[in-house]
Amino acid sequence: MNTTNSLTDWTKAAKDSRLDEESLRLRRLIVRTLQCGKRGHGPTALSVIDILRVLYNDIMKFNPKEPRWEKRDRFILSKGHGCIAQYVMLAEKSFISHKELWKFCSHGALLGGHPEHTIPGVEFSTGSLGHGFPVAVGFALNAKIDKASHRIFTIIGDGESGEGSIWEAALYASKHKLSNLTVIVDYNKQLTYSTTFEVLDLEPLADKWKSFGFAVQQVNGHDIAQLKETFSKLPFEQNKPNCIIAHTVKGKGIPMLEGNFGWHHKSSIPEEDFAKLYESLGGWNEKDCS
Amino acid sequence: MRKIVLDMVYELAKKDKRIVYIGSDLGAGLLDNFKKEMPDRFFMEGVSEQALIGMSAGLALEGKIVYFNTIATFITRRCFEQVVLDLCLHHANVRLIANGGGVVYAPLGPTHLAMDDIGILRTIPNMTIIAPCDADEMKRLMPQTVNYQGPIYIRLAKGGDPIISSDKHECTIGKAIVIKEYNTPDALLIGTGITTKLCIDAAEQLDKENIKTTILHVHTIKPLDKEAIIKHAKKAKSVIVIEEHTTINGLGSAVAEVLMNAGINVKFKKIGFPDVFPEGYGSQAQLMEKYNITADECIRTIKESRC
Repeated sequence: MNTTNSLTDWTKAAKDSRLDEESLRLRRLIVRTLQCGKRGHGPTALSVIDILRVLYNDIMKFNPKEPRWEKRDRFILSKGHGCIAQYVMLAEKSFISHKELWKFCSHGALLGGHPEHTIPGVEFSTGSLGHGFPVAVGFALNAKIDKASHRIFTIIGDGESGEGSIWEAALYASKHKLSNLTVIVDYNKQLTYSTTFEVLDLEPLADKWKSFGFAVQQVNGHDIAQLKETFSKLPFEQNKPNCIIAHTVKGKGIPMLEGNFGWHHKSSIPEEDFAKLYESLGGWNEKDCS
Repeated sequence: MRKIVLDMVYELAKKDKRIVYIGSDLGAGLLDNFKKEMPDRFFMEGVSEQALIGMSAGLALEGKIVYFNTIATFITRRCFEQVVLDLCLHHANVRLIANGGGVVYAPLGPTHLAMDDIGILRTIPNMTIIAPCDADEMKRLMPQTVNYQGPIYIRLAKGGDPIISSDKHECTIGKAIVIKEYNTPDALLIGTGITTKLCIDAAEQLDKENIKTTILHVHTIKPLDKEAIIKHAKKAKSVIVIEEHTTINGLGSAVAEVLMNAGINVKFKKIGFPDVFPEGYGSQAQLMEKYNITADECIRTIKESRC
């Protein structure tokens, strides 16, 4: 895959991408969390989980014993509704216990339907779209002022890209030459109602980010090797903020959810649905979180 | 007052490297000394309040103390959700320096009239709102904003306003100032920002007629000094609040809530803008006079309350 690939090529690559056992296991944890909460934004978590897997396993510096360690890389999930994926990675990395996942959205739980800064490992509360990215720009500007070497990563949604504040913040990231900042666009091409093409077309998306002064790379957001390789090349250019357009599939890994607009957010999910959700993932295994 | 507040930011920034100034396309040459001496902490940015509040929050959450400056209405109306979530939810140490609080920008029409700013912000948890009465008081309050925890809205008056504050009164964020006090006053007059001057003018006239008026200057609207309000309201026959703000959800409403919750049964009146978009241009003083936000209205109200 390279920059000459068409949108159709990228979309097909994401759709055809085969998931390895680790990606399936992380998806089972997402489904288990949904099952315990009986609700949640499942498909968007499945869309970003492979990106988060690579960021947490291979790219970002952090210390779960000291979540506010000064030299940590900062991460903001600007599209906060994908939080179950982040919660799973926070549990995998021992910021929180897996037991917290099983209390998802219950009264008095640590983990709710959008990530809060009170959770160890969460830098900033998101949920209302268009907020996380400007704050990440502030983090990156601060690192530049302080001549600090840590990096800032944020994931925004394609639906979220309709918010003006995203493009305002992009102008500032470019103005201040924030090469320590990487914005990843989770480009699954689905909003709640329908596709981006029908609701609000973002194309030509890569050209838009380039014209805002970003160094842009595109990637199959479910291809672990490709994600690692792309992140390893950061910064893509000197004195430019980085944009990675990650082509993804909303609901990736569960055929019943892929392309299903009825599943953006579900509440009161019937228990019998979960057998179907686990089916393509190999079924729940108690060892998945051991 | 605007010059003083910016001079203060410059002076404070020289002593404290955590201080950052962010303006949103303000006047040419503004804070040139800051820009020259501390270029890495001076940012004159564009017209994009939503992103700038978010960026300010990001800097503040990393340890900076951000003084963000633009016109009041663009801080309160344009980016309300950023103020709520990015600043208040996160206790971000961002100081919002709001040019043209109230109807300072009377000639510019309704887009620039901040007669609703206090009401908009007062409902947000963790927000502090201050409205100094003059430049001297601003000088006393600004150093306190450095280490104060959480966001602060600093409502600026027009500038060149008469100096009525004094060193003899202790000036602390969150504490009202008793400018004049009686044990058994006919009325308690409460003002904020430049309307405290109107309270003083009214009280001088009333003194001549032997009508005793206690004056409370509330430079901090939130957190409100409930103790001082209750203490002085209990002694008074009537309570009048005058503000350069709509009578909906401003200082008057805040005082009324305190009185009702404390079970204080007293004659009460708010003086402020009615529930309309003020019309007519002219000067700040002319617009306030048009809507009876005057010392004469205080006098008339107090006399009426004695009947």
